[in-house]
Amino acid sequence: MEEREIKEIETDLLLEAIVRLYGYDFRNYARASLNRRIQQAVDKTNCATISDLTARIVREPEFFQRVVANFSITVTEMFRDPEFYKVLREQVLPYLATYPFIKVWHAGCATGEEAYSLAIMLEEEGLLERATIYATDFNEDALENARAGIYPLEQMKQYGSNYRQAGGRGSLSEHYHAQYESVIMEAKLRQSITFSRHNLTVDQVFGEMHLVLCRNVLIYFDRTLQGRVLRLFDDSLVNSGFLCLGSRESLRFSDTAAHFVEFVAKGKIYRKRTVP
Amino acid sequence: MNDFPVVVIGTSAGGLDALRAVLPALPVKLPRSVIVVQHRSADADNFLAEFFNDCCRLPVAEAEEKELIRPGHIYFAPAAYHLLIERDMSFSLSVDEKVNFSRPSIDVLFESAAQACGARLIGVILTGANADGAAGLQTIREAGGLAVVQQPVGATAYYMPQAAINAGPVDYIMELAEISDLIRKPPCPKNTRKY
Ligand SMILES: C[S@@+](CC[C@H](N)C(=O)[O-])C[C@H]1O[C@@H](n2cnc3c(N)ncnc32)[C@H](O)[C@@H]1O
Repeated sequence: MEEREIKEIETDLLLEAIVRLYGYDFRNYARASLNRRIQQAVDKTNCATISDLTARIVREPEFFQRVVANFSITVTEMFRDPEFYKVLREQVLPYLATYPFIKVWHAGCATGEEAYSLAIMLEEEGLLERATIYATDFNEDALENARAGIYPLEQMKQYGSNYRQAGGRGSLSEHYHAQYESVIMEAKLRQSITFSRHNLTVDQVFGEMHLVLCRNVLIYFDRTLQGRVLRLFDDSLVNSGFLCLGSRESLRFSDTAAHFVEFVAKGKIYRKRTVP
Repeated sequence: MNDFPVVVIGTSAGGLDALRAVLPALPVKLPRSVIVVQHRSADADNFLAEFFNDCCRLPVAEAEEKELIRPGHIYFAPAAYHLLIERDMSFSLSVDEKVNFSRPSIDVLFESAAQACGARLIGVILTGANADGAAGLQTIREAGGLAVVQQPVGATAYYMPQAAINAGPVDYIMELAEISDLIRKPPCPKNTRKY
């Protein structure tokens, strides 16, 4: 049998062991990028094969916790895709402004940069007091970072430029305090966001939302899991609520597509149809 | 019989001109899919795909996630995303860390292609100024695929093809026109091993 087929079987067994022992379900993740992370874990832990990695994961819960942290990719930025944020600010926030209170679910928030970006815009548009932002992820380490709201100073230059392109009204530096080599986001912003654990593969809807953002998370899932997650968002949203996906994601392949209309194509922003 | 349904190409500096010497010469009804990583800035639009769609006989587009890879089509990795191939011959995208300072990374595409296609794959490294793709090309060759590199002498940027050659054995070191011919009519797999 070819090596790549053996690896595929080894990977199936690894994922099966993980879900049965620890409840994390990676079986419906897109395999190609998961394969890379598994291979990295094999190399990093000096295992000879994926099977060796599985053997240790099965017997050593602490070892598993270290490995699984690397299965989740938390690469993110503030105002990633400035054009998207510009559209959100100019075309979506005016609708949200008509509600007495605004509930936002940011799913797959990683270390929180995008959630703070949104909070900054809501603050500048005078909507923050009325807004509750739930930002969720299944990676507890990332959430810990997000709650602290502390980021390296060196990244702020790039983020500041994103912020301006996204139509920022002032200067990004008005929203954080710099100390030595890092910055901490304004207390007001930190208090406006509730960061909590939520696993999109198994957990349920937890409230009615006006806006759901889930960007660059669905690309890691296969079609089946994408379908589950999109149904979750559909069920969470109020009539005429907004759903924002990553710049390369779409509803194209899911049956929930029929429940949404494209609000703006470029920004991948959809609006839930009104169900009578 | 189609021994090589998939061709993956990686390039960075000088890639536009090199690809112009390779892609427009490909004939309609090419029984292969050609998938290209061209390094470029994160905020680049889909100029590349449009440009080549205008001057190629084959349809050219940016790859979309979950899209099934079709023969006779040329695909570009979108800016700021890694492009990967799944076992069911569909595309995946990721925003994982940069690899070799690059996203899209050639190594990421090549390694996933080797895993998905095994020996039925041609990997091509063209002009460029970093070493991305060198490791991926070796992975392709180890899985039985064909490893092809542009002749570094005379390439706009010799560094990338040279790094690919230095990384281990390759099957062909060729001029651009020859590479285009090879994609049209690849040699029979069994007769190609020189090392
Ligand atoms: C690449 S980041 C995207 C961050 C941000 N939304 C952005 O676009 O910049 C993907 C995030 O999805 C999270 N994630 C992956 N699988 C998940 C799951 N099953 N449930 C919740 N979050 C998940 C990861 O932990 C990671 O933080």
